[in-house]
Amino acid sequence: MVTIEINGQQVEAEQGQMLIEAADKAGIAIPRFCYHKNLSISASCRMCLVEVEKAPKPMPACATPVADGMVVNTKSTYALAAQKSVMEFLLINHPLDCPVCDQGGECDLQEFSIGYGSDKSQYAEIKRVVKDKDIGPLIATELTRCIHCTRCVRFGQEIAGMRELGATGRGDWMEIGTYIEKSIDSELSGNIIDLCPVGALTSKVSRFTYRVWELANNDSISAHDCIGSNCNAQTKNGEIKRVISRQNDSINDAWISDRDRYSFEGLQSDDRLTKPMIKKDGAWTEASWDDALQFAVNSLKDIKDKSQIGTVCSPSVTTEEMYLLQKVMRGIGSNNIDHRLRQSDFRGQDQDPLFPGLGMSVADVAAQQAAILIGSNVRKEQPIMGHQLRQASLKGAKISFVNPVSFDANFNVAHEFTIAPSQMFKELKVLAKVALENSSAGAPEGLAALVSSVKVTDEHKQCIAELSDADNSMVILGTIVQAMPNYSAMRILASYIADASNSTLSYLTPGANTSGAYLSGLLPNRTQVAQGEFANTDGLDTQAMFAQKLKAYILYGIEVERDLDNPVQASQALDNADFVVSLSAFVTDAIKAGSDVILPISTITESSGTLINVAGIWQSFNAVSKAKGLSKPGWKVLRVMGNLFNIDGFDYQSSEDVINELKSALALENSQSETSRATNQLVWDCPENISAQTTDIQRIAELSIYNVDAVTRRATALQKTQDAQVDVAKINSALAKKLKLEDAQAVTAKQADNTAQVTISIDNKITDNCVYLSAGNVAASSLGGGFDTIELIPA
Amino acid sequence: MANEVCFRTLHLDEPWTLESYLSVGGYQSLKKILTEKIPAEDIIEQVKTSALRGRGGAGFPTGLKWSFMPRQSEGQKYIVCNSDEGEPGTCKDRDILRYNPHQLIEGMAIAGYCIGADTGYNYIRGEFWEPYSRFDNALKEAREAGYLGDKLFGSDFNFDAHSHLGGGAYICGEETALLESIEGKKGQPRFKPPFPAGFGLYGKPTTINNTETLASIPVIVEKGGQWFLEHGKPNNGGTKLFSVSGNVNRPGNYEIDMGTPFSELLEMCGGMKDGYKLKAVIPGGSSSPVIPGDQMMDVTMDYDSIQAAGSMLGSGAVIILNDKVCMVNALARLSHFYQEESCGQCTPCREGTGWLSHIMHRIEHGHGKQEDIDLLDKVAGDIMGRTICALGEAASMPVKGFLKHYRDEFQYHIDHKKCMVGPGSK
Repeated sequence: MVTIEINGQQVEAEQGQMLIEAADKAGIAIPRFCYHKNLSISASCRMCLVEVEKAPKPMPACATPVADGMVVNTKSTYALAAQKSVMEFLLINHPLDCPVCDQGGECDLQEFSIGYGSDKSQYAEIKRVVKDKDIGPLIATELTRCIHCTRCVRFGQEIAGMRELGATGRGDWMEIGTYIEKSIDSELSGNIIDLCPVGALTSKVSRFTYRVWELANNDSISAHDCIGSNCNAQTKNGEIKRVISRQNDSINDAWISDRDRYSFEGLQSDDRLTKPMIKKDGAWTEASWDDALQFAVNSLKDIKDKSQIGTVCSPSVTTEEMYLLQKVMRGIGSNNIDHRLRQSDFRGQDQDPLFPGLGMSVADVAAQQAAILIGSNVRKEQPIMGHQLRQASLKGAKISFVNPVSFDANFNVAHEFTIAPSQMFKELKVLAKVALENSSAGAPEGLAALVSSVKVTDEHKQCIAELSDADNSMVILGTIVQAMPNYSAMRILASYIADASNSTLSYLTPGANTSGAYLSGLLPNRTQVAQGEFANTDGLDTQAMFAQKLKAYILYGIEVERDLDNPVQASQALDNADFVVSLSAFVTDAIKAGSDVILPISTITESSGTLINVAGIWQSFNAVSKAKGLSKPGWKVLRVMGNLFNIDGFDYQSSEDVINELKSALALENSQSETSRATNQLVWDCPENISAQTTDIQRIAELSIYNVDAVTRRATALQKTQDAQVDVAKINSALAKKLKLEDAQAVTAKQADNTAQVTISIDNKITDNCVYLSAGNVAASSLGGGFDTIELIPA
Repeated sequence: MANEVCFRTLHLDEPWTLESYLSVGGYQSLKKILTEKIPAEDIIEQVKTSALRGRGGAGFPTGLKWSFMPRQSEGQKYIVCNSDEGEPGTCKDRDILRYNPHQLIEGMAIAGYCIGADTGYNYIRGEFWEPYSRFDNALKEAREAGYLGDKLFGSDFNFDAHSHLGGGAYICGEETALLESIEGKKGQPRFKPPFPAGFGLYGKPTTINNTETLASIPVIVEKGGQWFLEHGKPNNGGTKLFSVSGNVNRPGNYEIDMGTPFSELLEMCGGMKDGYKLKAVIPGGSSSPVIPGDQMMDVTMDYDSIQAAGSMLGSGAVIILNDKVCMVNALARLSHFYQEESCGQCTPCREGTGWLSHIMHRIEHGHGKQEDIDLLDKVAGDIMGRTICALGEAASMPVKGFLKHYRDEFQYHIDHKKCMVGPGSK
């Protein structure tokens, strides 16, 4: 620590810290535009010039390291003269369009011009005008307003890992742009709007729909992936107008993904269900809540064999809803409860940890020295996790992938094993064999025999050596592998690899609240019985519930045709059922076709609740926006259902009561907001019955970035981005040649008896003999299992 | 005494060839150092004794700069030669590249030896196609003859050099913008610290010297620091190339002893053209403040003397203005240049150079206002000392200098909407 003096005040600062950081910490305001604590220092705006004793010139506080005994004055005549002259320079070419500028009211330039500007301009020349650029559906440009701080450029370079924006031209004709006209395609692109200190970059979705002083700030949590990024959902008259990031250094730093920023648009979709509906004699009629609930409960009561009732729930609803849903189900006597919508191999479920998590904090990922990701398109699935891994990589971490597709990474990938889904188990055997050969501990029974026939390459050896040599390393199971047919076998190998290389076994889970689902007991195979204790139960998992065609289903937050691994199988089961109740915020033809009652529940932002992220952090939030129509928060609906079923313990006054009951069941204090990150390593259990390697063409399904949940699917701007263009079947050129197919050719995709019309896109990132046809999109809704065999037939 | 250092091959036919250079004792200094294993410290000491100062414009003592390099430390280090030569009026480095490229190569190799670098880059101004080709050929000749490469003269010292042609930006003469440009990035100066001696090209310790500076080294090694010093004055050692342009009879490059009176230099150039009177001199390239002619006649051509007269020796580009030159017109042209060449990175320079140019354009074209002169002075003052690199100063100092000595011409332009002097009167 060193001591410096700022404006006569003694300030403690860390060695190597910049002056501006020390001043910020001491609460001394220094104006700035280009400086941002999460970006590199450019020292180019010169707004933070201050007087430093013995320095021959005013010094930029953002780029001047503190030194013991340094005497600084940020407000002397000398410092002010420098700051005021910079402000004048910035203003001479800045348009006076604050009244029509979206940034007005939250503009750094506007704000600092009050303190440092003059009310009279000495500049009498023509102001610079810059042509606006179209950089895609998300971000509007008004580049005449640009003050060239280059935060957006540095963000692309340093955080997004895509140098999409740059400064072209020199002097006062310097412009920010893409050089060649193109859209900004980073999954984190919207952050440049938050970063822009002026109105040069604003949200195409939100602009002109409010003045910033009309907006109410609401701390909220992003609900589109398992990270739980902190955000501020800003509302006007109870409607979300804009979502911006909220700093949380242990989770998302200063950033949120575009999905978290723009999904709110889906809340206003025409598909929103505003009133309860009942199907009578094949026709839908609106109903009162009382009637609809009574009808639903009575119909379920009519099912005498309660094991014929099953419920599947979205992994992206609040923990409160999950807890009450399983409580209702267990109260009426069924354990057929699941939230694992895309999983197909449940053989290892009794070894599942308390909750499948990272085993560390989200920010800790950036401190890893090595990682291997198995079946994960992390950048698009959990963009903030992609960011943390990229930060680790920039610090030298060796990050490798075992994937069926060579996904675009925005960092240096150490090793990439791109292999068909049916071969991935074998690939993991190779890695396990290397780990076994390096390990001094005894081998688990059967492992040596299991891996004896596979051949090891130098690259596999190197990959494992990097894991073993690192002080901190991870073996990460992504959502793609979790949906694969041999998941339980692959997981046990991954666990062994992690064990042998002294790495953490981590999960990246589907949806926003898989952790919450596990902790609240929304599982068929276990339930809480006492404080922190579980007992095994014998309910059916998602796959079995639909395969066995039950008599009744409760669908909670589900779009059957888009949320499930095998939509056709599920639809058939619903058609066959006596009674189906859907609790949903949206209504579609498919939901109507499969249900008998539809109850409108709130989306996450319309209800109070709690999400538990992949690191076990419990984050509670209040309702942000007004409920649509007569829709109600799910926990309230479930409370009434519990009462109508006459189940004990449904007298909750608030969602806090619900979450506190769950916390107590988990032996947590009410004030605790973190679950212990249990070690994830599994007990070795030699896998059996591995499905045979197939020579047929296999489908690769990934829930694509803007198809993850019902809200995101209806966010119009996101659906116009490059990443959303997934209604295609991607194959590599070798397979195209073999099947005599061409790029952009229309084909029929066929899985068993199910077909879909798609166009071919030739992409050599797809592994041999596989068709990448992402899940969750419209084209895939008439198809079968995500990793089943598939045929492509020219139309 | 003329043409003894950088131009010592100039009297020969095809002076740029290896053969020509060898005939004047070329590569003997490098050979001597390597075969006699002269310690780097001794050479740096000689360079310090010679009082060789940076010929690019800043005049920083070369020996001192070299001693900043962590030459004992492990790892890659670089020597970079700055042949960007963009300062208006300057054309001396061009002629070194054209007529004596081998001496520069030898100088780079010796510098590399002194700072522990095995690789050198010569960043050549984008417009210098012919000099670039000459230098590139020289590199090839030197490599083939074994003056570049591994184990030079049987020693343990390896050294190779490469040339890099710029893209035509003045700012790339600023040493850190030059490094960015070599790295393939947009040529914009870096904020310092860190300085290149610690964090230079590709983040490695780097020394950057001007072409003329490096080309002087072989002669200093051959004849000794004292010999070089005695060609100039204390603290202003050696000979210096002056690029004389403007209203003289024989404009061109002159290699003369430091400390030579300006009047003698003017005589060498054949005096004023067409018999006009000397009005003013811009003594060190366009960014140095102008000095009135009669004052200049008492100045000697060296760093300290020109500084005492209120300007800078700079790059040694001596621009001679006669009494028919309108100073408003001259400054308008200069200001336009700096507006064009500001990199746009930092606010005061990006916005200020444009503003200065706009005001000058207005005054020059008869639309000046009474308050414009004070405004020019203020804007120039607001740029100075507040920018990342020295381009801000380079754009401001001419304004300050012109206003100091020729304010009346600016006032006349504003009052009468035409020039006070010369054919440029409107």
